[in-house]
Amino acid sequence: MKVLVTNEELCIGCHLCEDVCSQAWYKEMNRAKSSIRITSLGNAEWGMAVCAQCGECIDICPTNALYRDKSGVVRLNKKECVGCLSCVGFCPTSTMYYHEDYVEPIKCISCGLCTKECPTGAITIEVLSG
Amino acid sequence: MGAVEITKDRIEQIEAGHKVLAEFRYDPPQVEQGYAGQTLYVNVSDNVISARPVDEGMKNTFVGGRGFDLWLLWNAVTGDTKWDSPGNEVVIAAGPMGGITQYPGTGKSIAVTISPLTGTVVDSNVGGYFGPLLKFAGFDAIEVQGIAEEEVIVLVDGNDGLVQILTAPEESVNSHLLSEEMVALFAQKPQEKQGVSSVSAGVGAEHTRVGCLNFSFYDPRRQAVRLKQAGRGGIGTVLRKKRVKALVVKYVGLKGDSNHPADLLTIQETGAKMHREIYERDPIMFEMRKDGTNHLTKIMNDYDILPVHNFRYGAHPEAEKIYSPHFQEYFEYSAPDGCWYGCTLACAKFATGLELRSGPYKGQTVTVDGPEYETVAGIGANCGIWDAHAVLEANFYCDTYGIDTISFATAMAFAMECYEEGILNREVTGGLELNFGNADAMLEALHHMGRGEGFGVIIGQGIRRMKQLFAEEYGANAQFLQDIGMEAKGLEYSEYVTKESLAQQGGYGLANKGPQHDEAWLIFMDAVNNQIPTFEDKAEALHYFPMWRTWFGLNGLCKLPWNDVEPADNRTRYSGIDAARVPEHVQNYVEIFRAVTGREDVQSSEDLIHMSEIVYNFQRLFNLKMGFGTREHDAIPYRSVGPVTDVEYESRAERYDGQLREHVGLDPGAMTTQEKRLALRRFREEQYEKLIDAVYRRRGWDENGIPTLETVRTLGIDFPDVVELIENHTNG
Repeated sequence: MKVLVTNEELCIGCHLCEDVCSQAWYKEMNRAKSSIRITSLGNAEWGMAVCAQCGECIDICPTNALYRDKSGVVRLNKKECVGCLSCVGFCPTSTMYYHEDYVEPIKCISCGLCTKECPTGAITIEVLSG
Repeated sequence: MGAVEITKDRIEQIEAGHKVLAEFRYDPPQVEQGYAGQTLYVNVSDNVISARPVDEGMKNTFVGGRGFDLWLLWNAVTGDTKWDSPGNEVVIAAGPMGGITQYPGTGKSIAVTISPLTGTVVDSNVGGYFGPLLKFAGFDAIEVQGIAEEEVIVLVDGNDGLVQILTAPEESVNSHLLSEEMVALFAQKPQEKQGVSSVSAGVGAEHTRVGCLNFSFYDPRRQAVRLKQAGRGGIGTVLRKKRVKALVVKYVGLKGDSNHPADLLTIQETGAKMHREIYERDPIMFEMRKDGTNHLTKIMNDYDILPVHNFRYGAHPEAEKIYSPHFQEYFEYSAPDGCWYGCTLACAKFATGLELRSGPYKGQTVTVDGPEYETVAGIGANCGIWDAHAVLEANFYCDTYGIDTISFATAMAFAMECYEEGILNREVTGGLELNFGNADAMLEALHHMGRGEGFGVIIGQGIRRMKQLFAEEYGANAQFLQDIGMEAKGLEYSEYVTKESLAQQGGYGLANKGPQHDEAWLIFMDAVNNQIPTFEDKAEALHYFPMWRTWFGLNGLCKLPWNDVEPADNRTRYSGIDAARVPEHVQNYVEIFRAVTGREDVQSSEDLIHMSEIVYNFQRLFNLKMGFGTREHDAIPYRSVGPVTDVEYESRAERYDGQLREHVGLDPGAMTTQEKRLALRRFREEQYEKLIDAVYRRRGWDENGIPTLETVRTLGIDFPDVVELIENHTNG
């Protein structure tokens, strides 16, 4: 299963990953629309929050809009989604997001675009077995 | 996993019986800020269908949901309309907040009618998808009037803009079959199944006065139609009287903004916060997601509040046998259990693998939703049946027959006490041995209601009519029956023992529709925590909580996410009665209401209470219009107040003796049990009358329980017919 792996010690808080994510998926440089979030922890330390593809959201979805694809990534079928945000509240890592411009939540699909832009290698994509 | 498969041949058979009796085409309006802006009127006598506008005055005065229902019904009936008159209606509405998906508990429908049990207006709230889908199909409410000449269904297709009355000779009547048939008929492809919801009753509703309505929703994970019940007051009986097999709505295309709220972001933020709270708090609070409302059975038994043997007692040594663990083995947990999208409190439970041991479906393995606490406490504890399988089986049959489990259970418990007291015998019951604990007899009486024959049909007429019959035909002591018959206003009590809570005696006795706990549940606040000691305290609680709970019904909301989970800091930020109000959740509702409707005049919880005061007083006056709604109709049976028999007194002698000493100033050591019981009765009955006086004053009613002219003027419901009604009852 493809999953993003973060190393917070390497993060310098440049937010490039957030920009590239929102630009790729919402055609807009808007960090509030990114599915990866970088937050300052003070003292030049940064928190990195992104979906671990654990799939717990699949079980909470009332419309079967969330599913695991062949490569193991948890994806959202927006056509089926009714925007209830149950998945947002029940995400164990709080890495499902929403924005008022959209009724459906914002979900990382491990596309890896952010890993290519990260200048320090703080975020990488790995293929985990199972 | 679907319990019922509807074959292609069966669908063709059903379709062949359809003949269009009336048809109405409309342009489905866009819902704006929670309102479709029109209601649907269907008359099955005359085959008339029309749309009626909703104006700003109606929205501002009655809000929606129960408020709309009552206003539409008020205009449809006269004081002479009976439950079985063609002029009576079944009215169903969601409400402006109904159908949002982001906050838990936002899919309720509210149904009203003139009740076959009480003779006046009754309201009942219910989950399932019908109300929200009806709104998105273009209607804030549906009124069904008249009595059809032959069996019909009413179809509202919100995608095609089409309403039809169709003959329905081939459809099943029982709801577990009918609801599956409706989905099979009207969902053109599998993805459309969640867009079809029906309202139906069953054969039991035809033969009794305790018929319920089943509201369906399709569960895509279990591939089964599930049913939620508008149980109280016999609304299902009225639907079957009209020869309506089902009301069906189809709306495919629900999205997170179908309600077109004024401010989506606030709803998203509040909803996501609430989902998180449930995720973190429910597992360490009430475990609604795991057990549903039946987690209450243990608590009620522990506090001597669980009704046992027709409310004689509040606890039983065998109660453990119907606690949650005994139902968990039937529950299937693989999928979300909300009865509307986004309800993460998810108290609906899906029981599978239930092999029926009785009745027309004997031997079949079926599924059933629930059981709710009320069903477990009523059919289980109150009838002394400590058997989870029997409770589930009765739950299944009550639902599919269209019978209210609460009235069924409380009426059954009454009949059982009458049997044990010798008022009834095998000759009278046709061989039914109605002892407490006889599950087979309970089930057989239920099947009598399904078949329309046997003593069960008499039980299904409700306690008020049984009391009259038993006194007139079998020579029973009418006063004793009055004391032990747990009904008020003609409606059977729901399942809590109120003997030690004067406030909850009022909560039941003063409830507009009759003794149902959805207006007030004050037992812990009153009897356990002693937070409302004076009459004025109790009256204040009997103002605030019924008004607050009424508000859910105006908006298409479920009460449970308000206080069946609490923020982590609720009990440290607030204490006592303030904590019981769960202020953070109340504020959530203020904000979401404003975010949906855009009503900037609504800024505080007082504004919400004011909305309810309008509708609540209007409903009280509706009772007056129908010939009720005065003090004498707020009387309650003594079984709900104190021990009726010496045996009951002795079972809690220490408690009652202490009260005689402390509150009445008597020495119980010098008195017989009967003397003590009667002295306690005099004291408690006086207390109830004083409570009523205090509540009437707080609510702005006169001493006969009628809202004063000043009250209705303040509330803006001083319509000419309302003023005339009040003047007729206060001048004469």
